[in-house]
Amino acid sequence: MITRNEVLETNQMIEESNLDVRTITMGINLMDCADADIDKFNEKVYQKITTCAKDLVKVGDELAKQFGIPVVHKRISVTPIAIAAAGCQTDSYVSIAHTLDKAAKAVGVNFIGGFSALVQKGCTKSDEILINSIPQSLKETDVVCSSVNIGTSRNGLNMDAVKKMGEIILQTAELTKEQDCLGCAKLVVFCNAVEDNPFMAGAFHGVGEKDCVINVGVSGPGVVKKALEEVRDADFETLCETIKKTAFKITRVGQLIAQEAAKRLNVPFGIIDLSLAPTPLIGDSIAEIFQEMGLQEAGAPGTTAALAILNDNVKKGGVMASSYVGGLSGAFIPVSEDHGMIVAAEKGALTLEKLEAMTCVCSVGLDMIAIPGDTSATTISGIIADEAAIGMINNKTTAVRLIPVIGKKVGEKVEFGGLLGYAPIMPVNAYSCERFIKRCGRIPAPIHSFKN
Amino acid sequence: MKGIITVLGKDHVGIIGTVCTHLSRNSINILDISQTIVGGYLNMMMIVDLSAAKKEFTILSDELVKLGEDMNVIVKMQHEDIFNSMHRV
Repeated sequence: MITRNEVLETNQMIEESNLDVRTITMGINLMDCADADIDKFNEKVYQKITTCAKDLVKVGDELAKQFGIPVVHKRISVTPIAIAAAGCQTDSYVSIAHTLDKAAKAVGVNFIGGFSALVQKGCTKSDEILINSIPQSLKETDVVCSSVNIGTSRNGLNMDAVKKMGEIILQTAELTKEQDCLGCAKLVVFCNAVEDNPFMAGAFHGVGEKDCVINVGVSGPGVVKKALEEVRDADFETLCETIKKTAFKITRVGQLIAQEAAKRLNVPFGIIDLSLAPTPLIGDSIAEIFQEMGLQEAGAPGTTAALAILNDNVKKGGVMASSYVGGLSGAFIPVSEDHGMIVAAEKGALTLEKLEAMTCVCSVGLDMIAIPGDTSATTISGIIADEAAIGMINNKTTAVRLIPVIGKKVGEKVEFGGLLGYAPIMPVNAYSCERFIKRCGRIPAPIHSFKN
Repeated sequence: MKGIITVLGKDHVGIIGTVCTHLSRNSINILDISQTIVGGYLNMMMIVDLSAAKKEFTILSDELVKLGEDMNVIVKMQHEDIFNSMHRV
């Protein structure tokens, strides 16, 4: 029989510590929409998305009510458009972005991911069309998210694509400067991108996936912080054990919601992604967890170790709770979306260089960082190359989501609103990497990629 | 299907009676009930059986929320599985 304390603990997690199911993301394969005529392709894509996901929002809302836990987002990821649309005879994919936007709005989801290309080893003609269509597409659509994978541990880094993405990020910022360069918040550059990530902006439906699948992302930095308050100043074993147990409980809830959602939508269950994803709310912050662990501010010496502990134990607790833990699972460190990170960045406690070190042990990478609008494309490419190198050498996913804010300088602020939060413009190392980035070609795969 | 109903708020006459009457009208059987009152605040938990319930879970849940609002207390009904998944291996 369920006890009063168990009921109380669960409901306190939900009501006081912001435990929520962050997203139910439906992955939809678009390969069967292929057509040489782009208008026909768009029509098929619209039909497929609006048919598969017609009940997604309704089911998400029903589950929230039945289990008494918020299901914050309902989202869709699709096959990377550079693959799905490769047969279209066209030189622009902007109309496809419009179709995705329209379909997403028709079914009521708040983001759709998959305006993507996988170019770790080289670009096809279709990949080039997609990448060139990104700035205009992100300007003209509201809910479409884009991602480009420019490297893997198995293949090395495509430095031509790294160079190109620096330029694309700047163009996207320029085209969306009226909205504080919001387009860049919907664009992420990956190394070792995962095919079943339910979180935006980097979600896409991998080519090895089923036709349609349900992936669920659970979150709860506040729950971990609250649990750590109970063991303040205890030794590291107790600290790790507490994070692990909390992660286990959170993941179990995600597993329940994922299975129920899959059953009701009659779609196979894919994975649970347990990612501590902060929001700008107080009490829903990764930086506050660091403070509870004993750091004065995020970015203080010890932050990388604290994040390593957090990330590793979240994974350990998660894998015990579900057979299919996947996606990015770990801790996200987006700056603008985390109240404590924003404060630390404003005080100068948290720098871009420290964030880069932290990405060696977090679950993704440099995320939602506002930089001066006059940063050069090659400098942005240099930052992407550094981040991708970390991912490639350490066999982990890394990503870059930078927002060069046109017209703003270090010390000023940018406000994105909602879950995307606000951020101080952070300083970037002023020394040039132009000659390095302008070398053409690929960085070969690292020695540990030869595992056959 | 079992549900867990929690009631939280400042205690006054008739809270449990009102909730129980609503449950009975909808053929919901109470399996377990416990309550504490600390400093004038009521904290009640019920385990109920909804297998013969006349309405859908989500509708009943909305009705209970409304009932609570009318009495200035917070009433919440949740499917038992959320607690089972979190606390039972």
